[in-house]
Amino acid sequence: MKRALGSSAAMYVVLSLGALAFLFPFYYMVIGSLQTTVDPSPSGAFPDPGNLTLDNYGAINARIDLLQGLANSGIFTGGVILGTVVFGVLAGYALAVLHWRGRSATFSLVLLVQVIPFQLLMIPLYVMIARDYGLADSYAGMILPFFINSTAIIIFRQYFLQLPKELFDAARIDGAGELRLLWNVALPLVRPALLTVVLLTFIGPWNEFLWPFLITKEASMQPLAVSLANFLSNIAASTANPFGATLAGAVVLAAPAVALFLVFQRYFTSNDLGSGVKG
Amino acid sequence: MTVSTGTPGQGADARFDREAPGRDGARGSERPKGMLRRILGSHPLGLVFAAPYLIFIGVVFAYPIVFAVWMSFHDYFFAAPGAVVDRPFVGFDNYVTVLSDPDVWRSFGNVGIFLVINVPLTVALSMLLATALDRVARAKTFFRVAYYVPYVTASVAVVAVWLFLFSGNGLVNNILGPLAPDPSWLINSALAMPTIALFVTWKGLGFYILLYLAALQNVPRELYESVSMDGGGRIRQFFSVTVPSVRPATLLVVLLATITGANLFTEPYLLTGGGGPNGASTSPVLLIYQRGIEQGNPDIAAAIGVILIIFVLVIAALQRRFVGGEDR
Repeated sequence: MKRALGSSAAMYVVLSLGALAFLFPFYYMVIGSLQTTVDPSPSGAFPDPGNLTLDNYGAINARIDLLQGLANSGIFTGGVILGTVVFGVLAGYALAVLHWRGRSATFSLVLLVQVIPFQLLMIPLYVMIARDYGLADSYAGMILPFFINSTAIIIFRQYFLQLPKELFDAARIDGAGELRLLWNVALPLVRPALLTVVLLTFIGPWNEFLWPFLITKEASMQPLAVSLANFLSNIAASTANPFGATLAGAVVLAAPAVALFLVFQRYFTSNDLGSGVKG
Repeated sequence: MTVSTGTPGQGADARFDREAPGRDGARGSERPKGMLRRILGSHPLGLVFAAPYLIFIGVVFAYPIVFAVWMSFHDYFFAAPGAVVDRPFVGFDNYVTVLSDPDVWRSFGNVGIFLVINVPLTVALSMLLATALDRVARAKTFFRVAYYVPYVTASVAVVAVWLFLFSGNGLVNNILGPLAPDPSWLINSALAMPTIALFVTWKGLGFYILLYLAALQNVPRELYESVSMDGGGRIRQFFSVTVPSVRPATLLVVLLATITGANLFTEPYLLTGGGGPNGASTSPVLLIYQRGIEQGNPDIAAAIGVILIIFVLVIAALQRRFVGGEDR
């Protein structure tokens, strides 16, 4: 009994140290974004009321249009989520409930696509989308490569598979078409899956840097991650408090995702992720 | 809307007839229906539902892969849209160029360094933290959320903090005092890549912890009990029950971490100012970007991409042998 108590205390120590290592950079991000002058000494990690200001947010906003960046990120992310939910539900339903030729081949494809590193395709995709289709500096060009998320299809399929078969048979006897069945019967029953998929899909485009960086040269079209990265590597040095301004931008970029996950964290579970990746 | 006779299966068929106008003539006659059913399955509509995804895969994955391979064997260059230009077949020329480029070898070596640090660290830490998380009763949600916050946050945002923390006069060096490395972390050719590997491990760990948590749900509790009956403590339990039981998850984590390593771009680009110092943290994807887009040699970049795909497949096959995941 004593040993069990000791080892569970050890677990808490391990977990707490881990949590500290995970959360400290975020704490430091917020503190740093509020400091008038940078204090990189250990005492700088504790807020000093005399050194706090919101000026850094103004400074970064003067260099990169934060609202426009957020709007671009939002449109990019929203487009991907819309495509993934609409076509992902259809494909997931087809893979779980309907019997058709090519079903197992399609499912293998969904699994295979997950392990292909997207970055390897960037040159041909860049040539096709930016050069051949002329979609550089457009939302369509940003969204296209991410339009339907394969992981989401697997999660939808997993949820649809859990629904009792009799439910579908009964509805079919009553003469419901598959689209109606999907919309009126199946979808309301898998509502948690919808939220999980929206959350999971959100992370990708909201945080994506490389692809929009490649195809957006116009500052007014760039998602926030891209304009912040450009600020970081090119123009930060010319601001009075470059770290403060950069961290202020980082807070604005990080806040929506972190807030969303804090609010909906119970829909982001290990089992969904496990099934999503294992298939 | 009436399906008066038959079993549920036939009901589904009647519905199919109604929704496929072209087949109205076949309604009522069982034989052609049966044949079509044999060819297309009982719900051919499934293909229609999956079609957008299949088209998407064709446009965004299949065609670009073929295009990349084709490009790597031709003298491909950017031309004005609509311009008709000759792009002659050059055989293995691009591959010869790539393989005789020391920068390319260096970038693959850098991925090697990355993997040697990132993969074991990811497996060990995520397994340990997931096990601890699985055992404790209090503050579970808090810990879980704490671990996945870096995972859900944009790399660009957290890179900004790490730059601040690991810069020459940053907090980390201030705390280390005389122990601080000189030159500092990200501009030190021996430490730049390890620092990047550490960053990526830290950022992705939450995702892998969740994977292990899912795997731990399937480990029978009796196994732990029997070890503890034999007098084994928590540490014995961890090594003789947990580690072998979650081996399929470990294989998956190793594979995904490797793919992440092969994809490395944002971190070296931003943390070390484009792969410095002197290429010590250049990754193959960064090189693809530099050769292909910045220097305008998409054919060379495509060849690096093809070699990278082969590299990933070989590493994945080797890992499968070593970690062993046949019991999935």
